[in-house]
Amino acid sequence: MADVINTQGHVRLGSNAGQGLTRRDGVLKVTGAATYAADNRPEGLLHAVTATATIARGRVTHLDVAAAEAHPGVVKLYTPDNVPPLAVSPDEKIHPFVWRMEALQSDRVRYAGQPIALVLAETLEAATEAARLLAPRYEAETPHVTLDDAEPFETTTTAFGRPADHSSGDIGKARATAARHVVAEVETVAQYHNAMEPHAIVARWTGDRLEIDTPNQAIGLARQTFAAFLGIEPAQILIRSPFLGGGFGSKAILYGGQLLAVLAARDTGRPVKLVLRRDQMYGPVGHRAPTRQRLRLDLDEDGRIAALQHDTLTMTSSFDHFLEGASNASHSLYATAALQTTHRGLRADIGTPGPMRAPGEAPGSAALEVAMDLAAQAAGLDPLAFRLRNHAETDPSNGMAFSSKALRECYAQAADLFGWADRPAEPRRMRQGQLLKGWGMGSAQFPCPMFTAAAHATLRADGSAVVETSAADMGQGAWTALAQIAADGLGLDIDRVEFRSGHSDLPDAGVAGGSGHTATAGTALFNAGADVVRRLVDLATGDPASPLFGAGNSGVTARGGRLHRNDDGRSEAYEDILARAGLDMLRGEGTGAREGQPTRAMFSHGAVFAEVLVDPDLGQIRVSRLVGAFAAGRIINPRLARSQLLGGMVWGIGFALQEEALHDARTGRFTNNDLAGYHIPVNADAPMIEALTVHEDDPFVNALGIKGVGEIGVTGTVGAIGNAVWHATGLRSQRFPIHPESLILSGESL
Amino acid sequence: MTQTLQLKINGSDLRLDLDDPRATLLDVLRERLGLTGTKKGCDRGQCGACTVLIDGRRVNACLALALSHDGAQITTIEGLARGEDLHPVQAAFIADDGFQCGFCTPGQIMSAVALIAEAEAGLDPERIREGMSGNLCRCAAYAGITEAVLDATRALALEEERAA
Ligand code: FES
Ligand code: FES
Repeated sequence: MADVINTQGHVRLGSNAGQGLTRRDGVLKVTGAATYAADNRPEGLLHAVTATATIARGRVTHLDVAAAEAHPGVVKLYTPDNVPPLAVSPDEKIHPFVWRMEALQSDRVRYAGQPIALVLAETLEAATEAARLLAPRYEAETPHVTLDDAEPFETTTTAFGRPADHSSGDIGKARATAARHVVAEVETVAQYHNAMEPHAIVARWTGDRLEIDTPNQAIGLARQTFAAFLGIEPAQILIRSPFLGGGFGSKAILYGGQLLAVLAARDTGRPVKLVLRRDQMYGPVGHRAPTRQRLRLDLDEDGRIAALQHDTLTMTSSFDHFLEGASNASHSLYATAALQTTHRGLRADIGTPGPMRAPGEAPGSAALEVAMDLAAQAAGLDPLAFRLRNHAETDPSNGMAFSSKALRECYAQAADLFGWADRPAEPRRMRQGQLLKGWGMGSAQFPCPMFTAAAHATLRADGSAVVETSAADMGQGAWTALAQIAADGLGLDIDRVEFRSGHSDLPDAGVAGGSGHTATAGTALFNAGADVVRRLVDLATGDPASPLFGAGNSGVTARGGRLHRNDDGRSEAYEDILARAGLDMLRGEGTGAREGQPTRAMFSHGAVFAEVLVDPDLGQIRVSRLVGAFAAGRIINPRLARSQLLGGMVWGIGFALQEEALHDARTGRFTNNDLAGYHIPVNADAPMIEALTVHEDDPFVNALGIKGVGEIGVTGTVGAIGNAVWHATGLRSQRFPIHPESLILSGESL
Repeated sequence: MTQTLQLKINGSDLRLDLDDPRATLLDVLRERLGLTGTKKGCDRGQCGACTVLIDGRRVNACLALALSHDGAQITTIEGLARGEDLHPVQAAFIADDGFQCGFCTPGQIMSAVALIAEAEAGLDPERIREGMSGNLCRCAAYAGITEAVLDATRALALEEERAA
């Protein structure tokens, strides 16, 4: 732990960062004292419940407003006829990360589950019943909700504004030289985030000041967005979001219900609480859209990929644009002489999809890893040997060198722990009792974006400090990991650092997403601390009374609340330096962002090995073992990073075997929009599972060397499980999730 | 019409004039008594976030009509710690990182306390995973949860041994 980051001044990284501390918010969370948005109960609170559309396309022609209003306890009811206006239409696209919303702007229904009225009542029970009494009638139109019948449209971009198509190398020429090729067709289905905490908001106005409690992954942007739609200044709004009960992307983007709650609170002059029911989280708050993917891999005689083509068909809503960028997963993982990727879009009568943990990468990786297994088979190579043969030394999409890439070590360590060397090449060779046993693998990869963040650090007269940034802790551990980085930036022990976070009056920490929050907000915090230290060093080295006087040339290191001379080791405590300078505090500022255009390809990598057991009579599939190894740059807190990685891998289990939102094709309604019908992994589905981290120093990705661990665990895992099912049964499912019936009904005998 | 309800919650006797017979025990705890540690994840008995102990048994409070539990003894997450000291299950959840966002955690912990008391799973991880499967965790902190239940089972057995 002796790393020194010279670019950041006289500060050591590694006294606090790198330690597997338990969560600083742990006691709050295990005693029920952590306050989530819906736990707030301001005086005079009204409970809000939305009525939601039970058709997917058409118009609301009648609501029994009289019956609902007559219900005891009902205070107010909003429909498109009387909803107070917004300053800007919720159909405006005011920012690329603001989706078009439904805030009762018309009687039009554009997807099932869309809010069509809002009821306010003195109790939740009364509001719930009154919403039911509205008994809507509709003029329904034929909905299109599947990849088979949705409307094609022209697009040049996928999610986050990335180009829809990419090509590098000469694919025609590369194919002409190839010895053989394989084609994989893989379908993935609609998935819903289903954070355990339903979306919630408590809104309260005091005069023209608005206080909002709502879980949000990007508080700064949320504040700007509320302000724009309400026609007020951001400074009039305070958003508190100290704890998110899971986000996974679904709480990064505002939805119409939040605007309605704020309008209702202003209109009634009372605080309003709106908590979505679980079934109402299917529609307005994003999801992962289904995909239909086709990959073609052309191989040369030696089993090297000569050409890689990856095409994705996916869909978005009828009124906004978010296309799952699945083909992008093939850009940078395996070496190929020629690369071609495309995305085609459809418009359907669904809520707008959005980023869901590893957006694009998760379904793209699933298909790519299945294709890689097919290709390994065609090349007559072990799946791991085949991937090693096609290891990319540079990013094939742009020729850039990787900032770091310890993928080979990941393969080696995970394979070793798993026991991969004993794998029979042929399928159906292993049994455990009556059950068929199979092993499969996949490579994991996830990009390392950085956003922008700002932070403050203030050293106090007693030598302790307070650091501030509006970070979001949705379970990844920001309260702990960011405080560790901040403490290192200040050269203090973490117990001496108070970390203020989770509300919008603090410097903007940017978005908790893209696995880039720790890197971005962490950099801002570190720099703010380093700024304080730089000022301290100036004070001390320029002061003849200090033991550090004149140490400027040989250097000074900040550690444990003291500045140390590098030449003779003499030191002085921060509080003494401040006292002599007559200062009762010293303030520093920092920002975090990537500087300039990247000249290297920046990714986290990993390898995942899966064992499945398949019941030959019932087709039941269980993951019995899962081993991953990941290289993700500097790990700030190994305990929390492991949890993130394991969580991602369990998401991979859900993706591979369970999760699927089903629509009734005739009405466009969901048939399983609850946690009994939409299966997410339970504890018994998460078997012996291990995630290793492989050491990686990355001097290029950012000054702290952090890459991010939040999403990569999903990638690799899905394909590994699919490939293990093939190895157990000899059957290749062309669709995720692989359900028992897909094996049983495949026509092949198990 | 107001109905009167007698409950013992976390050791304290409580007389409650219930304004609405439709209220679930969960909504009574959260919205009327301010005991918001117990969470609502689904309101349909499908997630376990609302798990409390009623007369020592784990129950989904969202499926319990408050009125039908007149006279019951209820323990919620707020009543588990022993003064300043965490309950061994709470301590184990922190040590083993048995949570991430923490939203399912009160339910997981109450469920774990009951599971250990039921003495069905013992130290068999497979049976613990099975016995904890009524409590969903979307963060998927399952490995840590299982570890925590194992550790807490051992700690509680040790306590019992010492007491005997
Ligand atoms: S809230 Fe009661 S089981 Fe989900
Ligand atoms: S810790 Fe987030 S749902 Fe369990």
